[in-house]
Amino acid sequence: MFAYTAGHAFDKAKPTMVFVHGAGLDHSWFGLQSRYFGYHGWNVLAFDLPGHGRSGGSPISSVGGMAEEVCKAVPAEKFSIVGHSMGALIALECAASAPSRVDRIALIGVAYPMKVGEAFLDAAKRDSYDAFDMETIWGHAAQVPLGGNPSPGMWMYGDTQARLERLAPGVLYNDLKACNDYVLEGEIACPALFILGKRDVMTPPRSAKSIQERIPGAKTVLIDLSGHSLMAEAPDATLDALIEFFRT
Amino acid sequence: MSKPKYPGFDTLALHAGQSPDPTTSSRAVPIYQTTSYVFRDTEHAASLFNMERAGHVYSRISNPTVSVLEERISALEGGVGAIGTASGQAALHLAIATLMGAGDHIVASTALYGGSHNLLGYTLKRFGIETTFVTPRDLQAWKKAIRPNTRLLFGETLGNPGLDVLDIPAVAAIAHEAKVPLLVDATFTTPYLLKPFAHGADLLYHSATKFLGGHGVAIAGVLVDSGRFDWEASGKFATLTAPYEGFHGMDFEEESGTRAFLLRARREGLRDFGACMAPMTAFQILQGVETLHLRMPRHVESTRKVIQFLSPHSGVLKVIYPELPDHPDHELAKKLLPLGCGAVFSFEIKGGRPAGKKFIESLRVFSHLANVGDAKSLVIHPATTTHYRMSDEDLKRAGITAGTVRLSIGLEDAQDLIEDLDRALKASQK
Repeated sequence: MFAYTAGHAFDKAKPTMVFVHGAGLDHSWFGLQSRYFGYHGWNVLAFDLPGHGRSGGSPISSVGGMAEEVCKAVPAEKFSIVGHSMGALIALECAASAPSRVDRIALIGVAYPMKVGEAFLDAAKRDSYDAFDMETIWGHAAQVPLGGNPSPGMWMYGDTQARLERLAPGVLYNDLKACNDYVLEGEIACPALFILGKRDVMTPPRSAKSIQERIPGAKTVLIDLSGHSLMAEAPDATLDALIEFFRT
Repeated sequence: MSKPKYPGFDTLALHAGQSPDPTTSSRAVPIYQTTSYVFRDTEHAASLFNMERAGHVYSRISNPTVSVLEERISALEGGVGAIGTASGQAALHLAIATLMGAGDHIVASTALYGGSHNLLGYTLKRFGIETTFVTPRDLQAWKKAIRPNTRLLFGETLGNPGLDVLDIPAVAAIAHEAKVPLLVDATFTTPYLLKPFAHGADLLYHSATKFLGGHGVAIAGVLVDSGRFDWEASGKFATLTAPYEGFHGMDFEEESGTRAFLLRARREGLRDFGACMAPMTAFQILQGVETLHLRMPRHVESTRKVIQFLSPHSGVLKVIYPELPDHPDHELAKKLLPLGCGAVFSFEIKGGRPAGKKFIESLRVFSHLANVGDAKSLVIHPATTTHYRMSDEDLKRAGITAGTVRLSIGLEDAQDLIEDLDRALKASQK
């Protein structure tokens, strides 16, 4: 499984931070944030899950299976995980199933349960472009097409579409179904941070409430002007929240 | 839940890339006439330089006003992003310099703007980049010209000045088979008439000086990436897939995937070559883009009226426009350009060079100058101006004769234009 390391070799003396992307995406979705930690004293492993980005093979059909693969691929005994959307479910599962290894988890744009609309699932199952449109439009705050991208000159909708078009048939459906079917068994004992976009229509903040209540002491940062794609829509606010959480 | 909807072209032309300014609530795009941007602290500065945070550092690399234009054009084209440049030629150079170096090769259409022909045929050769020119509608010639060191196929959506329609789907397929991208100059068509990415092109640029601005007051270019070409899978683009010493060993594709090309173009091309767009220029081009969807239909409508007048005229030997049944790309134009073939076209005047000279000098509404795509109607004689550096053989290949006159139809009253042309044609035939 491919992992972006921000150009640094693994160093046993450093703490390790794992980044796990959402449905149909890849490691570069965390480009700015993972690069920051890679240059600020952390081992960074931003994975491309099997069947995504630079990783070959078939996609794994369950969040549990994905979490197992991630834990297996991390060379450090202890590590922290930053997960976005489906990646956040994977972080939850890692923390629940391997509590001795997972130090902290940061969950970005998460809902639990992460139920996916029937029309979205159906379009993805048919490999219809409609599914890409749904992921693109619902994946951003409503003002995004009429607003400015914090990354100069980039068009967020176009970027999401281009990424999804690179997927092999069936991968998006695999991921959405895995999210839809996921049930967390066990409890989360490690410190947790929720980073949620106030304008997220895919996983609105209220849909994280049940899981927030299951994690004692969990912290939450609500980001005002962002939708579901927080790392792109509000890259600095997302990074600042992560820095604060992992610094303390 | 019903399927969500994207904003329409007209809405994007007016809004994409801009939220009302958070500090002043300015509705219009502010002109950020600044060279540089204050850092929050030293760590923030270091993070911006090392690409750990998004934002502006220095206006040669990016500027908030220019970014609005970049994002807006990208939205209209369906790309992942764009880079504003000092001119259309700067955009072409930036694309080439980002993809290749000495020892590499380009296959390009013969039907190009004279400046592009010079860049490829003469100037880049001096820097070790060679170009093979092929007739754009000869698909076999595109294929045959590809060499192991070919890195790019390049043509204009509507060739200059013969209006050869580039068969984008077919040429893109040839490019992709060879694992190289197709770059198109989409200046004559604009995203209103044609969206090259939807037909398979990978990269495109505009001379924004022309229809995008429409007012003829600013020289500008925009380079747009579809984000669809897989540089890693191609294996032919070390500039994007191998560690770059000039940026801490960054592998641009690994770092940013779909954004690799634009990242390198901005971080190396703008940084080192420096052909950036000025904020005032971006503002001026934005004023034009906001009415693109209103202007282009009118340009096309008036062009059709003028062509209807010119075609049967006794002083005209031939009108070259893809909507005419005798144009070799007529069928292709119907497929790729259903909204119209633009507002720039050529005709051959009876009486050759002397008649052409008399014709141009007799016009009153049309302006004789070296530009196209203005709101004002324009005329030029390509053989003695835009294409004068080309050999007779190259001129012939580009479909230009001594009697070829190029018109750019503006937004004046079409009847006034027809009367102006009628008067000048009569004068030319005396």
